[in-house]
Amino acid sequence: MSLDYVKFSSGFEKFMPKEYRDMVEHGPFGKKVSVSQMGSFKEVLEEHPMCAGCAMTLFIRLAMIAFPNPEDTITVGTAGCGRLAISQAAIPFVYGNYGDQNGVASGLSRGLRLRFGDKPKDVVVMAGDGGTADIGFQQVLHSWFRKERFTTIMLDNEVYGNTGGQESGMTNRGAVLKMAPLGKKFEKMDMLQMAKVAGCAYVATVVPNNPRRVESVIKKAVLIAREVGSTYIQAYTSCNIEYAIPTDKVMEDAKNVENDRYQFSEYITDEAKQFLTERYGYKEFLPKPAAPAPGLPKS
Amino acid sequence: MSEALEPQQKTNPQGDPITSVSAPKVEAKKDPHADAKQQKVVTPEYMFLEAPRTKEFITGSEAAKEAIRRSNVDLAIAYPITPQSETMQLVGVLYGEGYVKEYYRGEEEVGVMAAIAGGSRAGVRCYTATAGPGTLRGLEGIASWPGHRLPVVAMFTCRVVNAPLAIQPDNIEVSYLLNCGMIVFHAENQQDMYDFTLAGFVISEKNDVTLPVGVCCDGFFVTHARGYVRMQDRGMKLPPREPWRGAVPVLDAENPPARLSRDAPVQKSNFMAYNIHAVWQQEVWAAVERSRKYINQYMGGLLTAENVDDAEAVIIASGSAAAQSREAVRICAEKGIKIGLIKIRSLRPFPTQELRKLCGKAKLIVVPEFNYVGWLAKEVATAIYGFSNAKIIGGPRVYGGQSMPVELIVDEVESGLTGKKSTNVAMSQVMGASAADHEAMGHFMRSI
Repeated sequence: MSLDYVKFSSGFEKFMPKEYRDMVEHGPFGKKVSVSQMGSFKEVLEEHPMCAGCAMTLFIRLAMIAFPNPEDTITVGTAGCGRLAISQAAIPFVYGNYGDQNGVASGLSRGLRLRFGDKPKDVVVMAGDGGTADIGFQQVLHSWFRKERFTTIMLDNEVYGNTGGQESGMTNRGAVLKMAPLGKKFEKMDMLQMAKVAGCAYVATVVPNNPRRVESVIKKAVLIAREVGSTYIQAYTSCNIEYAIPTDKVMEDAKNVENDRYQFSEYITDEAKQFLTERYGYKEFLPKPAAPAPGLPKS
Repeated sequence: MSEALEPQQKTNPQGDPITSVSAPKVEAKKDPHADAKQQKVVTPEYMFLEAPRTKEFITGSEAAKEAIRRSNVDLAIAYPITPQSETMQLVGVLYGEGYVKEYYRGEEEVGVMAAIAGGSRAGVRCYTATAGPGTLRGLEGIASWPGHRLPVVAMFTCRVVNAPLAIQPDNIEVSYLLNCGMIVFHAENQQDMYDFTLAGFVISEKNDVTLPVGVCCDGFFVTHARGYVRMQDRGMKLPPREPWRGAVPVLDAENPPARLSRDAPVQKSNFMAYNIHAVWQQEVWAAVERSRKYINQYMGGLLTAENVDDAEAVIIASGSAAAQSREAVRICAEKGIKIGLIKIRSLRPFPTQELRKLCGKAKLIVVPEFNYVGWLAKEVATAIYGFSNAKIIGGPRVYGGQSMPVELIVDEVESGLTGKKSTNVAMSQVMGASAADHEAMGHFMRSI
């Protein structure tokens, strides 16, 4: 609910739900906040039932701070750990059926466009690696091929965490997990490449131990999805329970994995670059000024 | 369907064969959406009860198309499957003409039903259609619509679902839809397809209903055959969906309170979670019950009864079996047998009270069906148990694409009245009448 067109009638503020008032008075509704201000404002996601040391929860918090318009954002998810936190956030969340998140988001974003026209109503899918690459695979790929205008975020912990540690398509080859008693026999699925092949306008990998980078890629992905097409972010969000990572080593593990198989990568189409530059004033895609010719005297 | 073709009637008023899906020809000067833009919104009361109608001779798929033309649909999602494909491709033509605002071909039925759920959550009016294996493929999603309280109209053009694969008519899939918590209508003919679809949107979106409506028909018999359909002028349409009217808020981020997880998971292992889910299920089925008054108002009742009052025997049927039964009633009349016909239009909610009242004096009830399991006979027997002493013959039944010769039904009426043993209906499908026949009754009750 945007503050631009919904104002509390004078004298009625106290009748609005407390949580909504908090979001307006102490939270991100109607103003810009940044991850660097964490701890100084009320976040969209505060309470959650996730395990101690859960990197996924940190990532979800960061992502929600990064949403350019949280008061007009709807999240869509499916079964998995992530939705236990996402459903606690102060923005609407669709919890549909198993693996149907990209199908639901297709109908939802089209329906919202019919009703609200150009006024941004951001739809963001957040689902796990199993939800995205296994059970939801078909709907994920088709939504990208159709260039549906919403963002898909994979919370990749490389395992089915919520059901107790089974192998997923995003598990690394050789990993011994439930349902992979002899170790996984095939490679981690290359969803990044598939996203590019399927025509996503923006594809990025990210780990949660770099909050500013998380903020930057989420913002870009959500903005691009408003007009240009599908965007995909794949985030490493370790499961410290199933992979037995000590709580105090979770960030260290994220750093190691970043160096190993989750190096930061960002793919953006020219159309998306132009859109961000012209519509939202991004400067990073402007042509770099030519380096001064050698030999000229320095002034 | 039995009406004779009038010589002056155009037999193909829709123009091209129904398989034609060529995009509307765009003339340089003419706006392809011009006619759609001229449509005027009328109230459902005027549309259903007062507006003058003219008659056309069209297929069931075309009847569905004409209903959608007047239904002010926002989002339609298509996926091909025989015998439904014509319907959704004709809806695609309507999209080209601007009568439907958004339309696409989905990836398959799981994705389609998910996207329909997304569209309905966004607050727009949604329509899709499928058949047989498509229904079962999409059933996880379809069965979740009532719990998510999503107003939608979906059409099911029934066909075989079991192996070996076949595309022929068989309405076994209805039995799967009956327990979803959605409203289920069964169309006998092209006219019903038209009327039930239009009324379905209005009933589906009533505040105290807020449920999906499934309009079933028997594939091919209705979709691919022509019949007379009396329709309102195409220049009128239903009012648009008003999303704020729903029993639950739509997910458009326009509604405080902020922490709005409408689809909150309630899967914790504690009493509150069980209780929340139990109450939610009760509320869904209570909403099904509350739809009765609207079905009476806009469709003229959950069933129709013809010559039932003084009849010693009654045929109870739905869908194409009702059409065949009507002919059986005529043949019986020629033979001097007085027999009535009850056609069930609404399977959910089921016309339990109406049947108890109508069947109180009947001696014989025959329930012909286009499926093996006899879901309607079980519904009827359960509804009238203790309220009627009639012998119930759960048959004849045809399936796998078989047509139903009218003589089969007449045979059951005659043998049922004379006590002669039927060769077409197994003893296990016969219930009641002879109190001594415990064995037969036991068989029947076991199969319920």
